[in-house]
Amino acid sequence: MKHDSFFKQFSLSVIWFWLLLFALLPFGLVTIASFLSRNDAHLITFPFTLINYLQLNNSIYIKIFKESFYIAGICTAICLLLGYPFAYLIARMQSGFKNLLILLIIIPFWTSSLIRCYSMITILKPKGVINSILLWLGVIDKPLPLLFTDTSVMIGLVYNLLPFMILPLLTNIERLDDRLIDAARDLGANRLTTFRKIILPLTLPGILSGCILVFLPAMTIFYIPDLLGGSKSILLGNLIQNQFLIAENWPLGSAISVVFTLLLAILLLIYWRSTRSNQSRDFL
Amino acid sequence: MTANVIELRGVSKAIHDHQILFDINLEVRNGEFLTLLGPSGCGKTTLLRLISGFEAPTTGKIFINGKDVDGLPPHLRHVHTVFQSYALFPHMTVYENVAFGLRCQRLPKQEIEERVLEVLKIVKLEKYAKRKPEQLSGGQQQRVAIARAVVNRPLVLLLDEPLSSLDYRLRKTMQIELKQLQRKLDITFIFVTHDQEEALSMSDRVVVMHEGSIEQIGSPRQVYEKPQNLTVAQFIGEVNIFESEVIAINENKMTVNIQGKERIIKSSRPFTIGQKAHVLVRPEDLRVWDHSEVDDTNDMFEGTVEEVIYKGTTVDLMVRLSNNQLVAATEFFDEDDDRLEYAIGEQVWATWLSGWEVILPYET
Amino acid sequence: MRRLPAVSYLTTIYLFFYIPIIVLIVYSFNKAQYSLVWHGFSMRWYQELFSDMDLWVAVGHSFVLGIFAATIAMCIGGLAAVCLYRYSFFGQKVLYGLVFILILSPDIVMGISLLILFSLLKISLGFWSLLLAHITFCIPFVVVTVYSRIVSFDQYIFEAAKDLGAKDTVIFTRIILPLLWPALLAGWLLSFTLSLDDVIISYFVAGPDFEILPLKIYSMVRLGVKPEINALCSITFLLTLVVIVLSQLIGRKKP
Repeated sequence: MKHDSFFKQFSLSVIWFWLLLFALLPFGLVTIASFLSRNDAHLITFPFTLINYLQLNNSIYIKIFKESFYIAGICTAICLLLGYPFAYLIARMQSGFKNLLILLIIIPFWTSSLIRCYSMITILKPKGVINSILLWLGVIDKPLPLLFTDTSVMIGLVYNLLPFMILPLLTNIERLDDRLIDAARDLGANRLTTFRKIILPLTLPGILSGCILVFLPAMTIFYIPDLLGGSKSILLGNLIQNQFLIAENWPLGSAISVVFTLLLAILLLIYWRSTRSNQSRDFL
Repeated sequence: MTANVIELRGVSKAIHDHQILFDINLEVRNGEFLTLLGPSGCGKTTLLRLISGFEAPTTGKIFINGKDVDGLPPHLRHVHTVFQSYALFPHMTVYENVAFGLRCQRLPKQEIEERVLEVLKIVKLEKYAKRKPEQLSGGQQQRVAIARAVVNRPLVLLLDEPLSSLDYRLRKTMQIELKQLQRKLDITFIFVTHDQEEALSMSDRVVVMHEGSIEQIGSPRQVYEKPQNLTVAQFIGEVNIFESEVIAINENKMTVNIQGKERIIKSSRPFTIGQKAHVLVRPEDLRVWDHSEVDDTNDMFEGTVEEVIYKGTTVDLMVRLSNNQLVAATEFFDEDDDRLEYAIGEQVWATWLSGWEVILPYET
Repeated sequence: MRRLPAVSYLTTIYLFFYIPIIVLIVYSFNKAQYSLVWHGFSMRWYQELFSDMDLWVAVGHSFVLGIFAATIAMCIGGLAAVCLYRYSFFGQKVLYGLVFILILSPDIVMGISLLILFSLLKISLGFWSLLLAHITFCIPFVVVTVYSRIVSFDQYIFEAAKDLGAKDTVIFTRIILPLLWPALLAGWLLSFTLSLDDVIISYFVAGPDFEILPLKIYSMVRLGVKPEINALCSITFLLTLVVIVLSQLIGRKKP
């Protein structure tokens, strides 16, 4: 059509205005800020400088990056190992319970992450459930320091992020065509081969979705290491938070974010490449 | 009202360097039932969408009722489309669906009611006015889709494969109903289908399309009995193709050589001596005789019966000729006539009555 | 018998999810303050909770914020989903990409970027900064919810409406809205919940004058475990439950 309708023009204007101003521009500002400096009067000022990126080359920061990566990676792996069989079993269920069971996963997914984190504290603290039971059973005679360790942070992360792995896997596995599995079995493949050669490749998009949805937050949720790991635990999220709100070094914080975002972009590229062949009309 | 309600001149359509339609020239006569026939991907739906206004041609002009409609949006063209999936509004009743176009035109309520009920009566759905689409059968939904388009009194109704999702029986019934409806409403119908039997049985004229071009336009009889090229001949019905060479010409009669036998064929097309040609014979025109029945086999072709397929009213014979060509013959089955008791492996003679064949210049 | 490993595996994971929360709820009724030994049923912590005025102010703020944010996000996100589906326009791919990126974007990056933006635009941190931030992160979720509903429709009904003479605005009000309202409502509920629960982004763009619930909980939890918090968490959990059931019921509704 030669001219666009009023509705189309109005809607598109509103949408572009909002997203450009509040989504695209801010991201641009962070990138710019990473190249700026700070002084006592202003949080961000000219001149342009590369000093923030150079500072990142410091072994402390590199160590934090590595550790965050490492912990997020392990968390993702654990979530995958726990979540895949879970999602598989539920997705392939025929019974009427299935909807109820899916609902029971969605509930923790929607429950405030902070609350769930807090509930973990209750379990792990010295006077918490685990210790109380172990003491009562006589297995130990003084409380185990379960909280404020690397383990507690890991447990907290997995506890919070497991639904993010399960739900995309669930959607993906549900779409698996039974007939393909039947065909493979019919042609003589045993269970392991069928899994390796048919099910695993076909569910790969779901696996990748789940991994991305777990890995990114695992690196950047700062309140989980904060609450469950105490001051010992500094991951990437804590670092950025620290730079912005305590050290008030916005340019440095921005630089850290930019580097991290680049890593994110690479991950997304891998994801996008691998799902390009699955042309569906959904978003994720 | 011009005699040609729609005219396409030099119309072509390309999307992203992919050419879909090539130089289409078409005149649609007022009041006719015209069918666009062709295999999937031949461009017939695109052509429909160019007429309805949902796509614009890359080159060429489209005239509706004499007016150039370049740039005119769909609802101002006085043509309406019945979509393959019917596209009924699921949340509206039958009445509301049919009244939709009239409501958009802001006609007075009284007039809307009159026209909607009138058209519902024509499609025999007046008792279903308050139902929702999901409560109707496929055939009923289709009638609602037609009513919804027709109530706006379009010049032309465009139907995009409306019967393809119906089962066989319903299709046959709807074919007859649509034809009757068209006569009753006296609206020009442009019908798109890939089913050649459907096209032949319903249309006043058929436009045979192939890979973006129009191959032939004619009445059903013309496209079936006098195909203008091999594409048309092969797409519509079955056909046996004999390779031949012209060896003599005598006014409009030619003598051709097929597999060593000579036959005399009439043709309005000019041929030259030595020219290669294809001689086309439809299976129902091919006669098969066993050796005991015929004496003079000068212009007959020897073969062996390879397959006998009983189809209820007819018997199809697949005969392997001595040059290894497989031909198909369809004969009407008559229980009392044991001439049709052919056995696989039997030696037979194949021929046809002169005049029932079509000769075309050789095409690769 | 063959299903035993599967069933026990599933049960274990479900227990993993729910035991901490159930413990929380149970102990919100425990008479004793710090001990985990059961001292008897008591509503004491709920009473203390209800009399904590500061908390209620924060709750009220969060609700107001959530309602406004969800409503505006629903409108913008709904329009975006409809436009992405129906029209092709310049930058369409960019828009798809932007929505995609927004969903996957870690909260912290969004939080700091908005902080920088607000300080640049001299928008003081408080209700308005929170509102703008919340709307922004809710929009992509509404877009996805509504979009996945709209693609399930016969794509030709919009063309049919156009064919019959309907202008885009008419198509929107008389065809799209009636068919899409369950998805819009689901998007609203999702946005409301996200807004109510958001910690990270709010952490960066909140101001001292407009306290919201999640940040209040965060600061309370950091100071140490208080039984009051158990009660608060239990109620919040219940609220979430109600919202989820509601949205599931709406999601099943046919227009």
